[in-house]
Amino acid sequence: MTERTALYERHVALGGRMVEFAGYELPVQYSGILEEHRAVREAAGVFDVSHMGEFLFTGAGAEQALNALLTNDIRGMADGRVRYSLLPNEKGGAVDDVLVYRINAEKFLVVVNGANVAKDAAHVREHLSGCGFEDISRQVSQIAVQGPRSEEILSTLVTGVLPAKYYTFTERVSVAGAEALVSRTGYTGEDGFEIYCANEDIVKVYDALLETGGGRGLVPCGLGARDTLRLEAGMPLYGHELGEDIPVNEVGLDFAVKLGKEDFLGRAAIAAHAPAYERVGVRVAGRGIVREHCDIYADGEKVGVSTSGTHSPTLGCGIAMLRVKRGVAGALFADVRGRMLPLERVPLPFVGRK
Amino acid sequence: MKQYTRTHEWVEIRDGKAYVGISGHAAEELGEVVYVDLPETGAAVTAGEPGCELESVKAVAEVNSPASGTVAEVNEELADAPEKAGETWIFAVAPYVLQEDLMSEAEYTLFVG
Repeated sequence: MTERTALYERHVALGGRMVEFAGYELPVQYSGILEEHRAVREAAGVFDVSHMGEFLFTGAGAEQALNALLTNDIRGMADGRVRYSLLPNEKGGAVDDVLVYRINAEKFLVVVNGANVAKDAAHVREHLSGCGFEDISRQVSQIAVQGPRSEEILSTLVTGVLPAKYYTFTERVSVAGAEALVSRTGYTGEDGFEIYCANEDIVKVYDALLETGGGRGLVPCGLGARDTLRLEAGMPLYGHELGEDIPVNEVGLDFAVKLGKEDFLGRAAIAAHAPAYERVGVRVAGRGIVREHCDIYADGEKVGVSTSGTHSPTLGCGIAMLRVKRGVAGALFADVRGRMLPLERVPLPFVGRK
Repeated sequence: MKQYTRTHEWVEIRDGKAYVGISGHAAEELGEVVYVDLPETGAAVTAGEPGCELESVKAVAEVNSPASGTVAEVNEELADAPEKAGETWIFAVAPYVLQEDLMSEAEYTLFVG
C-alpha cells in the first residue's frame, strides 16, 4: 500500500510527476530534472523528504547503547552536532546509513532511509539494550532546502538562529510560525538545510518557502534531481553503494568506521575482513551513459560493477560510481548493453562546492 | 502525413525515404533526452525492432523502427542537441517496407487517450 506525505496535494498541484518510492507517492520531477538540478547548483531547491525515518534514543544510557550499534563514534559529541554513521549488521555489512543528531546527553535523534524504516526499527529492537527507543517517523515530516541561496531564503522565515556550521542543528526554531528542528545538512553537495517538523505544520513551511524563495530562484525539486545531485556530490545511496552484503570497509567511508572505539555490533567481522573491493568514481570518456548494474572490465577481465550512474547535468557527461576490485590498474570499460564504453577514473566528489 | 506505432514512434514518407521520430507523448514520458545513440548509415533495421536508443537523465528508451530496410540518413544535429529528439526526425530508412498496423494521427491520439 502506497502512502502519501503531508505534501502530496501540493506536489500534484505543482505538476509533479508522481512515482512510488520507499512506500510513498513522491514526485520524480516537476519542471524537469535538468532545470531543477541547475536551480540547486545556482540558487535553491526544496525537496519533500518526508519518507525519511526518524528514531529517538533516550535515557541515561542512550549514548553508550546507540554507540554499540554504530560504526562511527558518537561519544563526546557536543549538543547540536550531527554525525554520519553506518548501522552495521553482525557480518560487517550495512543495515543502513544514518545521521545521528545529539539533542542532549540523554536524547539522540537518528535519521534513517525511508525504504529501511521498518527493517532498521526491527534491527534496533533486536540489538539495543540500555536505553529507550521510539520510531517517530510517522509523526515527522521533513523538507530539504538546498543550494547557495538557501540561507538567504530560509532566514527570512525564521525567528531564532539558524545553525551556522555544516553538520550542526538548532532545535525549536520557528519557521513560518511552525516549530521545527533545522540542521545544516543535505544530500546535494551544496550548502543547505533540512527542516523537521510535525506533519500538520509542514504545508505552511513548504508554502512559505516557495513564496519567499520563488523570487530568488528557488524551485520545487523531485527525486530525479535529488539523485543526480547526490551522485555529482559522490554521496553513497543505500541499496546502491551500500547494502547488507557489502562490507562497510569497502565503500570509501572509513572516516565513519572507527574500529578503535569500544566494541560495537559487527566490529569483529569488519576487523577480520581485508577489503577486497573499493568505491571508485569514473566519467564516461566519450558519449553515452553508464547506469547501475553494468559489468566493469579491465584488461579483458570482469573486475566489478557500476552501483550508480547517470548523466551529470553540471559536467555534461556520463558519471558513475563503481564497486571494483582493489588494485586494478588497467583502463576500465563498462559493458552497456553489449557496447564497451571507455571510462576515466576521477576523484570524488565529481562536482565540488563553489 | 505521419503514421504512428503502438510503441510511440512515428514515420513519415518524404522523397522516397521513411523518416522516423518519436511522438510528443513519448517525448513527454521520457523527459529531457541527454544522449542519442544514432544508428550508422547503412545499418539494417527491422520493423518493430529497436533502431536506436534515446537516453534521458532517468532512463533509456529504445526507438523501434516502423520500417524494415536500410538506414539511409541520420539526424546528426541530435548528436550535439539531443534535447531536440522529441521534436524532429531521428533516422530515415530507404528502401523501406513499412510495418502493417500503423495508426493515423487521429487513431494514435485515441490510442494514448
